Amino acid sequence: MSASVPTVGSWHRLDRAGLQAVIDVLWLVGHRVVGPQVADGAIVIRDLRGVAELPTGWLDDQDGGSYRLRHDPVAGTFDHVVGPHSLKNFLFPARETIASFVQLNGSWSQTPPPAQVPPLAVLGVRGCDLAALAIQDRVFLGSGYVDEPYKSRREKLFLVAVNCRRAAATCFCHSMGSGPAAGPGFDLALTEIEGGFACEVGSERGAAVLAEAVAAGASIGGCSPEEVEAARGVPQALAARMHARQQGDGEPRPRSLDTHGIRDLLMTNLEHPRWDEVAARCLSCTNCTLVCPTCFCSSVQEVADLSGDHVDRERQWASCFSLDHARMHGHSVRSSTAARYRQWLTHKFAGWIDQFDTSGCTGCGRCITWCPVGIDVTEEIAAIRASGSGAAPPDGAAPAGAPEAGETAS
Amino acid sequence: MSVSVSGAAAEKNPWRSHTARICTITPETPGVRTYELELEDPVERDHYRFAAGQFNMLYLPGIGEAAISVSSDPAGRDTLAHTVRAVGNVTDALARLGPGDQVFVRGPFGTPWPVAEMLGRDVVIVAGGLGLASQRAAILFLMAERACRSVTVLHGAKRPDGLLYGREYDAWRAAGVAVHTIVNEADASWSGPVGLVTDLLTDSLRDPSATTILCCGPDPMMMGVAKAAIGRGVATRDVFLSLERNMACAVAHCGLCQFGPLFVCRDGPVLPYERIAELLRIPQV
Repeated sequence: MSASVPTVGSWHRLDRAGLQAVIDVLWLVGHRVVGPQVADGAIVIRDLRGVAELPTGWLDDQDGGSYRLRHDPVAGTFDHVVGPHSLKNFLFPARETIASFVQLNGSWSQTPPPAQVPPLAVLGVRGCDLAALAIQDRVFLGSGYVDEPYKSRREKLFLVAVNCRRAAATCFCHSMGSGPAAGPGFDLALTEIEGGFACEVGSERGAAVLAEAVAAGASIGGCSPEEVEAARGVPQALAARMHARQQGDGEPRPRSLDTHGIRDLLMTNLEHPRWDEVAARCLSCTNCTLVCPTCFCSSVQEVADLSGDHVDRERQWASCFSLDHARMHGHSVRSSTAARYRQWLTHKFAGWIDQFDTSGCTGCGRCITWCPVGIDVTEEIAAIRASGSGAAPPDGAAPAGAPEAGETAS
Repeated sequence: MSVSVSGAAAEKNPWRSHTARICTITPETPGVRTYELELEDPVERDHYRFAAGQFNMLYLPGIGEAAISVSSDPAGRDTLAHTVRAVGNVTDALARLGPGDQVFVRGPFGTPWPVAEMLGRDVVIVAGGLGLASQRAAILFLMAERACRSVTVLHGAKRPDGLLYGREYDAWRAAGVAVHTIVNEADASWSGPVGLVTDLLTDSLRDPSATTILCCGPDPMMMGVAKAAIGRGVATRDVFLSLERNMACAVAHCGLCQFGPLFVCRDGPVLPYERIAELLRIPQV
């Protein structure tokens, strides 16, 4: 056994009581702790007090337009994958006041922003969602102006990641380079092993929390080199299975995406007939943008109290599928569903590369699962690649200068 | 973990608005008024600088915000002119205000007209209707700087009463600016040319290879102007358009103004035609 003093890069063995101690420490030092739980027929992220609330024994079967929970006595605590929630719901909430104004004696003034919410700790974050966080960081922190509400929550965020050992049919993180191994950015990362969890320390704060849990009496030992190797092998084995399964004809169909030259492929096919074909199915319901962990569009509403003397400017998620998104002088620039679907897909997989030097997609598959008619981005892009102009051959070299989504997403 | 942040704007809260008072309101064309605004805080007033072509977000608490070009002389230090057509919630509410009333301002945002690089060139400013509001600041800048060889303003409107800033043409002409106007539909008062603003282009392109086009108006009009100018020998790289799109934040966070890979609020509103020609060609991008 190696030394069990937690340091950045060290591995430790936790049983369920040890994980409970970590959760307790996080609450104790002032975090709001949230994690995956079964509610309303799905695995959602909400306040988490104890390991008993985690979805142990639950699996999620996902496919285009379909999400079903199934109990399996041999399933572990984190063998489900991603549900409709992501870090976005917490760091970039669906509604948020971004400025407030008050009127006194007929004159308005802007009031300081409200007191900050307590720091957040999220348990069960997957590789794809760590990648999504890095992408939203570029949007809100890295493009010149800083979004202060996002920044203040982001800086205090504590992340307990999980290395996936199972993938849903909708998962294609292996294509986007975002998983299944939890990439950089976590404070602690768990890998489910026989009898508990192997826990990798990713930051000084992670080490401190683990040390606190030990000090509180939790039984947290070191991992042997063999155990570390076995734990590292868990997501590696899953990645190998994901690459292998894309050759086969599984049911439901396992997803993958060829990202070679994807930016130029899409931007040279803005008039492809496929946009009209997908628009015939698309309901323009906005679900895909709501569950997407990177979609960042928003609009601002004026919210006044009854006196009319207090006004909050409330930022709300917006969607490029709504007519209001590109509305000008009473008409929408993108009045057709085909144009709105094209905007979403080309922004996510092409425009994003120009804007933020990364794909906007992490391969989490949520947009496929939560689309009521089961529209599948991987299928749409493959169709354009199969018949579009300037399509790069599947294994061909990307045009010079075109970043590869899969290489930059993490 | 550390989250790295860079750039001059890094620590600036983009949602911070500055209170201003309406000094004067000048009726322009039907439904269009020019508001001269003075920032109330003398420090802000002193620090505020804009370049011709940039815009402000004008805010009325409880009503909302609108992106409006700054139309005054960029060298001016006292007031900021905004020419506004009453066409929506915010602009209708602005139209009900009077001198002394309060308006919030945040800005300036966006890219300017490339007027600082016009040494020795012929500058042809082509405006459709209210588009001239974005270019007035450029005209005043070029008049004062006198670095370019010539300035020509080609202004088209649907009807004669839609021609903007008519009372200023004499002063512009006195400063050496050629001003030509055209309307789609003449009335009894009109003795000038009838047609499209592109009809005025040919006579104004004496030396196309040394000409820069600055164009603002509806998208189809700007595409027509760009194609006509390039067809007559103006280099594609010397044609600049100012776009208008829906906006909430003005700092490339809200995503509403996206045009292909561009954020019109940050990468525009003034954009080189060569960068957007293909996107403009495709409907509903």
